[in-house]
Amino acid sequence: MPGCKTAATHKTCTANLELSMKNILLHTALMTILFLVSQSFIFAQVVVSPQGPVTSIKEAVQMAGPGETIEVHSGIYYENDILIDKKLTLNGIGNPVINGNGQGFLLIIRADSVIVSGFSLQKTGRSYIRDYAAILIEKSAGFVIENNRIDDVFFGIYLAETDGGIIRNNDVRAYDTREASSGNGIHLWNVKNPKITGNSVMGMRDGIYLEFAENALISDNISSENNRYGLHYMFSNGGQYVKNTFLKNGAGVAVMYSDNVDMTNNLFEHNWGGSAYGLLLKDITNSRIEDNRFYRNTVAIYSEGSTNVDIRRNHIEQNGWAVNIKSNSSRNRFTENNFIENSFDVRTDSPRNNNFFDGNYWSAYEGYDLTRDGIGDVPYRPVSLFSMIIERQPESLILMRSMFIRLLDQAERILPVLTPKTLFDENPKMQRIQ
Amino acid sequence: MKLLSHIIKTEWKSLLRGKWVIGYTLIFLILTDTLLRFGGGGPETLLSLSNVMLLFIPLVGMIYGILYIYQSREFVELLLTQPIDRKVLYWGLFLGISTPLMAAFIIGSLLPLAWHGILALDGGSAALVLGLGGMLTLIFVSLGFVFGLMFYDDRIKGFGFTIVIWLFLAILYDGLVLMLVFLFGDYPLEQFVIVVSMLNPIDLARILVMLEFDISALMGYTGAVFNRFFGQNTGLVTASGMLMVWLVIPTWLGLRIFRKKDF
Repeated sequence: MPGCKTAATHKTCTANLELSMKNILLHTALMTILFLVSQSFIFAQVVVSPQGPVTSIKEAVQMAGPGETIEVHSGIYYENDILIDKKLTLNGIGNPVINGNGQGFLLIIRADSVIVSGFSLQKTGRSYIRDYAAILIEKSAGFVIENNRIDDVFFGIYLAETDGGIIRNNDVRAYDTREASSGNGIHLWNVKNPKITGNSVMGMRDGIYLEFAENALISDNISSENNRYGLHYMFSNGGQYVKNTFLKNGAGVAVMYSDNVDMTNNLFEHNWGGSAYGLLLKDITNSRIEDNRFYRNTVAIYSEGSTNVDIRRNHIEQNGWAVNIKSNSSRNRFTENNFIENSFDVRTDSPRNNNFFDGNYWSAYEGYDLTRDGIGDVPYRPVSLFSMIIERQPESLILMRSMFIRLLDQAERILPVLTPKTLFDENPKMQRIQ
Repeated sequence: MKLLSHIIKTEWKSLLRGKWVIGYTLIFLILTDTLLRFGGGGPETLLSLSNVMLLFIPLVGMIYGILYIYQSREFVELLLTQPIDRKVLYWGLFLGISTPLMAAFIIGSLLPLAWHGILALDGGSAALVLGLGGMLTLIFVSLGFVFGLMFYDDRIKGFGFTIVIWLFLAILYDGLVLMLVFLFGDYPLEQFVIVVSMLNPIDLARILVMLEFDISALMGYTGAVFNRFFGQNTGLVTASGMLMVWLVIPTWLGLRIFRKKDF
């Protein structure tokens, strides 16, 4: 088999070999040779250290052949726009620092299967025109970016037109407090099958931003104190995000214009403000929101124009509004959720209701259970008259929890006049759902 | 000072003999324990407790204050024949009956909270609710004293007045505020509603409870005045300060009437 010397063609060779099933012995021999050849490539490495002989990462990248490893020892390297256009492994030993001096990108990756790990990346350029990032990955596949600390940058990790790849255990942070002049922590544009896991992002514009990302898996990340959204999901179908924590973000988490998104086991906490939401849904269809915990957000779940979303087994506690659902949302199902001591349970802007509430636990429910089946005998109406009053006269917010308001609410619940007549939970649970 | 503590102690003894205060403690003990057993955990219980507190403590405090003035008329008049400073006597009587009432609420609610482990969990919120309950007890006992002294000979009028005042402050006042908000809805009203709420001690306590439990909803309101009031410590400080004023004015008024009164 000619042309099977490099590891890059290894795959195609193997495929070719498998096609010719006749000479098994020959195959084995060839495979062994190939294996040895690729091994020798992996072991080849270039060492960069401040003491020399190679003192610059750019230089090392030029010297190294495809498939080789560059080992960078601790020190500060003032370099930017380091272009990696072949398969390389960049290993930081002892947390070496690459400082861009406020100019350009730091690493630009334009080859498949590049591995970057153990670096400290600081000070990219800032611009209103170009999205300078600590690591830019373009048109590549199979890369691994892990255990890096990215600090004081414009954009953190920027993926464009990639396929696959793993972004793991990185720490991204910046300190700009203005929305317009800060960049995103992990930015994905037009990518397929990315895995973003175990990262921590802080103080960026959007913690994790996805646009046209297909089948993204976002798990175990912590996104906190970002100027806008902790996670911003746009036009990205079929992804899932699980076990993430979104804390104290300017506007919470936004999921927009996407289908088939799975949102499970996440934590949405302390997202406060006039337009802050634990989770904002806009034009979402056929998705799942399960086993999440919403704690002390101004609005836990805000929904505009979403259809056919399953909201199940979430724990929604001590938020201003548990659910704010606009009338253009339809066929969404709220089942088996715990609504605990939210100032308001559900808010809506129309007397009609196209959504479905059933079998939730509402701590504000005052009904009884004579049949002893754990389900209240009278339906619960989660939209209170007071929330309608506030809609019209926001100043009356100061009367919250007053006896007079409670009496009004009670009267309205018994005989609904102003609140949506069809919005109720037919089977409210008497006990919290575990 | 010795005299003051002597009067207070005598009051305590007679209260304990009456067993009334013990019953009051038991009511809160059973109530809080039941709430904790059947109403789920921390914030839910504390909110229910604060609802009860906001509604009943003013009523009980005021009725108890006025009742005391009427019942111990002979005792007070007897003491007044002795060479005792009226100021000392007034403070002795006031503290002698308001502190056991306050203690009854605080201990009665505190014990179940402690043995259900809520104190460790939501200590700050619990302290706030209990503290506010104590404060409201003081305020409304002193209001009861004022009405008792004002209508010293006309008991029916005195009781009637107390009930009406309670009904007004606890329920009707907020209805009135809501009506005004709707009447003048076209004008900027934020400052107005804040000032108006400051004039009612029950509303003040309610706002403090709200600041503790509903801050996330309050932050959803975009008006600048509200945001400043609720968002920073302004609301907390102003409301607590106004509660103090509400304590000082009735006690001072009661003292004034007591000193000038020809018994």
